[in-house]
Amino acid sequence: MTRAYKVYSIENGTVIDHIPTPLALKVVRILGLENEGIMTIGIGFNSEKHPCGKDILKIENRVLSYEETDKIALIAPDATINIIKNGEVVEKRQITLPSEVRDILSCPNPNCATNKLGARRHFQLENKDSVTYRCFYCERATVVNADMLVN
Amino acid sequence: MVSFTNRSIVSIRDMSQDDLTKVVDTTELVKRGELSGFLNGKTVATLFFEPSTRTRLSFESAVFKSGGSVFGIANPKASSQSKGESFADSIRTVSGYCDVMVIRHPVEGAARMASELSGTPVINAGDGANQHPTQTFLDLFTIKESIGRLDNLKIGMMGDLKYGRTVHSLTDALAMFNNELTFISPPSLQMPGHILKELDDADISYRIISDLEEAGECNLDILYVTRIQKERFGDPQEYAKVAGVYRITQNTINMLGKDVRVMHPLPRVDEIAEEVDSMPNAIYFTQAHNGIPTRQALLGLVTGGLN
Repeated sequence: MTRAYKVYSIENGTVIDHIPTPLALKVVRILGLENEGIMTIGIGFNSEKHPCGKDILKIENRVLSYEETDKIALIAPDATINIIKNGEVVEKRQITLPSEVRDILSCPNPNCATNKLGARRHFQLENKDSVTYRCFYCERATVVNADMLVN
Repeated sequence: MVSFTNRSIVSIRDMSQDDLTKVVDTTELVKRGELSGFLNGKTVATLFFEPSTRTRLSFESAVFKSGGSVFGIANPKASSQSKGESFADSIRTVSGYCDVMVIRHPVEGAARMASELSGTPVINAGDGANQHPTQTFLDLFTIKESIGRLDNLKIGMMGDLKYGRTVHSLTDALAMFNNELTFISPPSLQMPGHILKELDDADISYRIISDLEEAGECNLDILYVTRIQKERFGDPQEYAKVAGVYRITQNTINMLGKDVRVMHPLPRVDEIAEEVDSMPNAIYFTQAHNGIPTRQALLGLVTGGLN
């Protein structure tokens, strides 16, 4: 039986799989790819890893840098990254949490200089296991969640 | 060798054990009168975006005693901020007028932000509920002056340990010197979990108690008392009950041991009875006065007048 592709395969580019549903669009935002080229997004596939389903993101003709793919770990630490060239998987990439994160996470402390005085958003990794980051300004440590992503 | 020249003093988190030792040792020399005139020709700006008379006067006194000049704002309503100037622009402008800037601001992270924008070093004199490093330095100096060392001590902290910025920074600092800590507070005002976790990670031994009498078994060298604020309790009766229990009197001192030293960041309300003031154990006024040589030492170190 021919397999019916729900999300078409790509010839060249980056495939991000195992994103917990419904975070695919947040991953697009983390990567700043909203206005860049062709992308295919699949939402809500069955997954053994994710009981609520998984999302898949395929970005055509763009190989993401390590710096970019590591950002995905902030909200989807189990995501897998495959780099595709000429229809073949040429790299299966592991993602690790970035030691510093600028701009993309907002500090949940309303009295932080990033929220009150216009300081540039900046977090430093505090604990890998719990995905905890410390705000460089107000120094509060927070377990990262998708709500912290800057809109 | 540790150098502080042109370095901003923003947070105890930026400090190593060597840094803390350097500041405490320099403070000792300043207090003994062995160093003077080290701010000659230097200008210090004190920018207080929220009022704090005690801290501001203490900095200004420190500048005068070291031969420097000082100017600043004590009230943000009287500054360009009230005309809508941004914080960033105020800092950039004033940094060209002075050799070092002392900042107090109600927003957490304001001093860090200022240190990035300013061409001159910044000393944080309190940023919201976050840090007040010069308080921690003067606390450390007072402990060293009183007992002769900063390590292998038994130190108790009592009162509002949940919200008290002073005790959080002091805990961070004391953890660098391998001390045994005892946290005494009502269960609702205990030391936050993230600080306890840091102590666990650093292998620092501590215990948590809610009964002051239990502290009698700890042979404390220092008891650091902080105020329990009424507004933390919804029920005034609940507050009255707690405030009555966590109160230091002559009897408490006798129970804790005759050598225990009692510290307090001041102002106190009634958590230490006035009858304690005349006991040799009470070192909280000396502690407050130590703010002057400590701030002198820091101003001297960051401007390069001391090294």
